[in-house]
Amino acid sequence: MSVFKDAGHLFRFAGLFVLAFLVFLVVRHYVVPKSFGEYGHYRGAAIGEIAAHPIRFAGHDTCETCHADVAEIKNSGKHAHVNCEACHGAQAKHAGADDPSTVKPVLPETTVLCARCHTASAAKPKGFPQVVPADHSTGLPCDTCHKPHNPAMDAGGAK
Amino acid sequence: MNISRRQIMILLPAAAVAWKYVLAGTPEESPNYKMSDHWWSMLIDIPKCIGCGNCVRACQAENDVPEMSFRTWVERYHISDWQMANPLGVMSNPMTDPQVISPDGGKEGFPVTTDESGKYFFVPKLCNHCADSPCTQVCPVGATFISPDGVVLVDQTYCLGCAYCVQACPYGCRYIHPVKKVADKCTLCYHRITKGLTTACCEACPTGARQLADLKNPKDPIHEFLKTHSVQVLKPQMATGAKVFYNDLDGSVR
Amino acid sequence: MYPNEVGLQWSVLIVLYPFITGLVAGAFILASLERVFRVEAVKPTYRLALLTALAFLLVAPLPLQLHLGHPERSPEMYFTPHSTSAMAMFGYVYLWYLMAVLVLEIWLDYRREIVLLSQSSKGLLRIVYRLMTLGSNNISERSLAIDERAGWIVTLVGIPSAFLLHGYVGFIFGSVKANPWWSSPMMPVVFIFSAMVSGIAGVMLLYMAITKLRKLKIDIRCVDTIAMYLFYIFIIDFSLEMLDLVHRIYEADESFRSLNFMVHTQLYIPHIVIQICLGTLTPIILLGITQVVRLPQIARLRIYSVAGCLTLIGIFAMRWNVVIGGQLFSKSFLGYTTYKMGLVTREGLLVAIALTLLPLLFLWALVKLLPPWPDESAPAAVAPN
Repeated sequence: MSVFKDAGHLFRFAGLFVLAFLVFLVVRHYVVPKSFGEYGHYRGAAIGEIAAHPIRFAGHDTCETCHADVAEIKNSGKHAHVNCEACHGAQAKHAGADDPSTVKPVLPETTVLCARCHTASAAKPKGFPQVVPADHSTGLPCDTCHKPHNPAMDAGGAK
Repeated sequence: MNISRRQIMILLPAAAVAWKYVLAGTPEESPNYKMSDHWWSMLIDIPKCIGCGNCVRACQAENDVPEMSFRTWVERYHISDWQMANPLGVMSNPMTDPQVISPDGGKEGFPVTTDESGKYFFVPKLCNHCADSPCTQVCPVGATFISPDGVVLVDQTYCLGCAYCVQACPYGCRYIHPVKKVADKCTLCYHRITKGLTTACCEACPTGARQLADLKNPKDPIHEFLKTHSVQVLKPQMATGAKVFYNDLDGSVR
Repeated sequence: MYPNEVGLQWSVLIVLYPFITGLVAGAFILASLERVFRVEAVKPTYRLALLTALAFLLVAPLPLQLHLGHPERSPEMYFTPHSTSAMAMFGYVYLWYLMAVLVLEIWLDYRREIVLLSQSSKGLLRIVYRLMTLGSNNISERSLAIDERAGWIVTLVGIPSAFLLHGYVGFIFGSVKANPWWSSPMMPVVFIFSAMVSGIAGVMLLYMAITKLRKLKIDIRCVDTIAMYLFYIFIIDFSLEMLDLVHRIYEADESFRSLNFMVHTQLYIPHIVIQICLGTLTPIILLGITQVVRLPQIARLRIYSVAGCLTLIGIFAMRWNVVIGGQLFSKSFLGYTTYKMGLVTREGLLVAIALTLLPLLFLWALVKLLPPWPDESAPAAVAPN
């Protein structure tokens, strides 16, 4: 047909498109990750990869497996709900080590540590125990009078 | 330390086995964890927050958060007392003009103040893991998504780093990782909660102001809490389906 | 400011991208004036407008690639585009516009010259032209008539495609509910009209400059017509922007105080002075004068040049104010930050300048390869075999 003869170039152009599209489909088949679309429009395997991130904080349950005696002291005092690592820092290395005593947690300096929560400020909730450190302890470390695990004055007194 | 040698002999192997399992970190989820059993959220109790910044530090330690980027942070609000604003007798509403500070995200706590005027409170913020999140909506390739158990995550091997999600988040909880050049944000410590642990920020909070909650678990204390307390979410007008609930959130919080 | 908001995410390159695609869309609309709406007067700029659009379109993905944290992953937008994301459209809309509209139309319009040049030129150019013929040397009356008809259809389809190419960028901003400076149903419309303004002004300036360089006489009827269209479209664009402004001021929602302060302080020079006064009001007034008062030709040409340049500056400022302005204020409406544009960094000023000049380089190459005015050009005339 004459229209095809004179429109041949248009068909060639369209042909390029079709070819490119087919190449695209083939490449796509190999490039898109296999788990894509498993749960939604994302790579399903990503969930597992994110869940495999290393753990740095052991969690108080793990601490209490070995240190049940400390937990007992703590649970009878005001610091019952303060988790171990809130003061002692991340201890997964210690808990997970073959011999935990080789990875000894560093005991935090009480003047700095306790002040973080207990320094008085008009911004803190009124019922929260807070002091002006300079007036209260005149520079002495807090654990001179307070045992951190159970900080009440009558729960054991000075070290 | 008062652990006897006997105790160590018994406890150590048990703890080691339990702990090795937790640390296993294999790409498959823990065999006992089924995503469809959980719908994660968080409860933040404003009156309990003392602005100590433990959560911000713990999150940074647990998740290798770069400096000057924050997966969680704490803001301190000061609402002044009502007072005359101008001679015409018009009063300016202090609720629309809160003074808010967040020095380094509250990482090292807040400066002491002796100003007893007005009221102060602390607001910890993090990703709200929105059920209708605008950030997952705008991702051009599907690199950020909400998992079947309700945690909004970023697939960092797929993300292009276009930052559209950072623009779309109404809460400012996302950032582009300066080294990896991909989007990053709070993952609700997904690697911990799928193994029965709580998030690093909740673990480190000394007052229990932050609590992880599983809305699909009928025994979770959040259900009782929601029934007996007045809770809000941030920017409810955005209809994001935010799942971080705040107890006693003041109306001035932005 | 929320702690993560202090540094800006989208830099001057993201300002440049809508500016460039705006020029593409606008240039194409000018070309369609002749092709579809049969405005004979602007015929001298028809081919130039198409080549300009192509030159800028080729550069358009570059600012985006330079901005991405992982540009090597950008093919993911083709393989797994997220259907709820306006940005995911980019790959396909761009490809469609490039191949199925612009390249096709240019090819159809130039096909006769391409075939002739493939026979008359030598060396590497000969191979290039032969490739461009796609192997077909048919330039009979009938085939050229088919080309004419096909080209008309392509242009017709190209108009909404051009709107899509630039409108989707407006939607990218307009659909972000988190950002009140951006979130607006007007955003795609304002973008499209300001794109038309910039494209028309750009082609007008290029036509005047190239004609002067070729030492030929500017077709004053052509330029008068272009300026007239520019004037009227500018009025529409300005009205839309003012509507947005007035609406914002009147409703004064929670974001208003913060945005108002920003516009009066940080954005005062870019927004009030450059975009509104210099870049919109001045060109409108200048062009309005030429529409109302009968001025001598030389005065009109001078005014058109000035108005054209100011227009381009104004539209660039508009993109700047939208993109950068939208990131200068906190989503808490309680704070502001600043934009520190680097100089030699990957997204810095030098790169931005280079990317603005690169399309002109491409245009120069395209004009050499596919001369827009073969009948007028003396030396490189086509010699039939």
